Amino acid sequence: MGERTILTGNDAAALAFMHVNPDVAAVFPITPQTELMHQFTQYVADGEVDTELIPVESEHSAMSAALASALSGARTITASSSAGLALMWEMLYVTASSRAPVVMVDVNRALSAPINIHCDHSDSMGARDAGWIQIFSENTQESYDNAIQAFRIAEHSDVQLPVMVTLDGFILSHTMEVLEILDRETVQKFVGEYNITTKLLDFDNPVTMGPLALTPHYFECKRQQIEAMENARKVILDIGKEYGRISGRSYGYFEEYKLDDAEVGVMVLGSTAGTAKVAVDLARDKGIKAGLLKLRVFRPFPGNEIVEAIKHLKALAVMDRSASFGLTGGPVFNEVRSASYGAGIDTLISSVIYGLGGRDTYPEQIADLLDKVRADADAGKVRDVQRFVGLRE
Amino acid sequence: MNDEDRLLPWHEQSTAGLIPEAGNARKYETGGWRTYLPIRDGEKCVQCLRCYFVCPDSSVLMSDEGKVLVEFDLRYCKGCGICASECPPKAQAIKMLYEADLEKGGE
Ligand code: SF4
Ligand code: SF4
Repeated sequence: MGERTILTGNDAAALAFMHVNPDVAAVFPITPQTELMHQFTQYVADGEVDTELIPVESEHSAMSAALASALSGARTITASSSAGLALMWEMLYVTASSRAPVVMVDVNRALSAPINIHCDHSDSMGARDAGWIQIFSENTQESYDNAIQAFRIAEHSDVQLPVMVTLDGFILSHTMEVLEILDRETVQKFVGEYNITTKLLDFDNPVTMGPLALTPHYFECKRQQIEAMENARKVILDIGKEYGRISGRSYGYFEEYKLDDAEVGVMVLGSTAGTAKVAVDLARDKGIKAGLLKLRVFRPFPGNEIVEAIKHLKALAVMDRSASFGLTGGPVFNEVRSASYGAGIDTLISSVIYGLGGRDTYPEQIADLLDKVRADADAGKVRDVQRFVGLRE
Repeated sequence: MNDEDRLLPWHEQSTAGLIPEAGNARKYETGGWRTYLPIRDGEKCVQCLRCYFVCPDSSVLMSDEGKVLVEFDLRYCKGCGICASECPPKAQAIKMLYEADLEKGGE
């Protein structure tokens, strides 16, 4: 179907954007995202795309420009990382609340301090309540595929919400991997025309966007956002299947690896899922019936489906590449445990924090973890609800 | 958005608070915010129309011919006093009076 090539995660996402040919790109550099937009600006300079490039003076401006552009009637992209995403904070909310279907790649990087340029998920996890759809990628292939599907999901008339596709900083953004790419025409046909219901630059139908909405109206706007996120559930699955028809690679909310007959499992998102697959095999060699659930879609959170997929497990460790200070366990753990409450399942769910600030995680470490999870299962209780992998203890 | 609009259930309210009609700020009467009331002295006023241009609420009304200043539109005037402050020093035709006192019959 496609052509095989070798690219970094950043270049794969930039190529996806090139194939989509968006109308506007708001760009501002930050490590490790810089090369993504650098590559995209090269496409602009070479005339490979018709995109209007807006080099802005900060990430706050990048998101402001992207929001206004998307609402005015132009398909719009941007990208950021870490502190850049943090500086966008105010506008992340405004973009989602204004229902501007911007597509952004967040190349996951730790937040300061101490300053650190390497991967963890604290940047996008912090933005989890900003109203963006969040899709995580395991490898460069998924970076490319997710970046293309993001447009269809964001712009769907039942959704109209911004989408954040994430890929792990350096581990994916700067690593060359083999992937299969589509041709431009196929992608163009797949994404179609940008056609949102109301455009600010539709002069025949003038409207006011972003007005003041005080106590009589604000609450209803938020309820609409909740509904749009709910609608996104079906759209994400539909688009994932439709993408499968053009690429041979279908996507759902998550991927299961040897989970069917597993007794214990780990759950993880991002590039560590690849490592965890090797770990599951290592654990199985040692006689542990292990499995993996790799979460792809974090917002909207597919709680019911996850519960359905893990309910036969005796014990599960949920791995978070970010901490939630003052709360037991990271954000993914808390979502999973909350989703399983009252669902009539007995799976013992524990939390693991790993890989902060880019700390490497090895298959052996996750295999050891699976051993501990099995011991939880044997003991019939979670012996340690909060574990750390890769930390000097 | 407008407090005067019908309060619709969330699924009928316009998406993201979008306002589909033009000029509906007219329905939002800000006169109720007023603490101080502008009073113009017709004798001192030189009809320079400065107050007309600076009023943020378009509350300075002109005659039908659009030439001379006639009154303040108290449905919208929120008593900010910009008109009084911008009125030329030689004229000083606008005074801001504490409205509650006026209502009590005093000055
Ligand atoms: S007080 Fe303010 S609102 Fe009222 S007429 Fe003067 S400038 Fe306009
Ligand atoms: S600014 Fe003063 S002098 Fe000029 S028109 Fe207004 S009230 Fe009259």
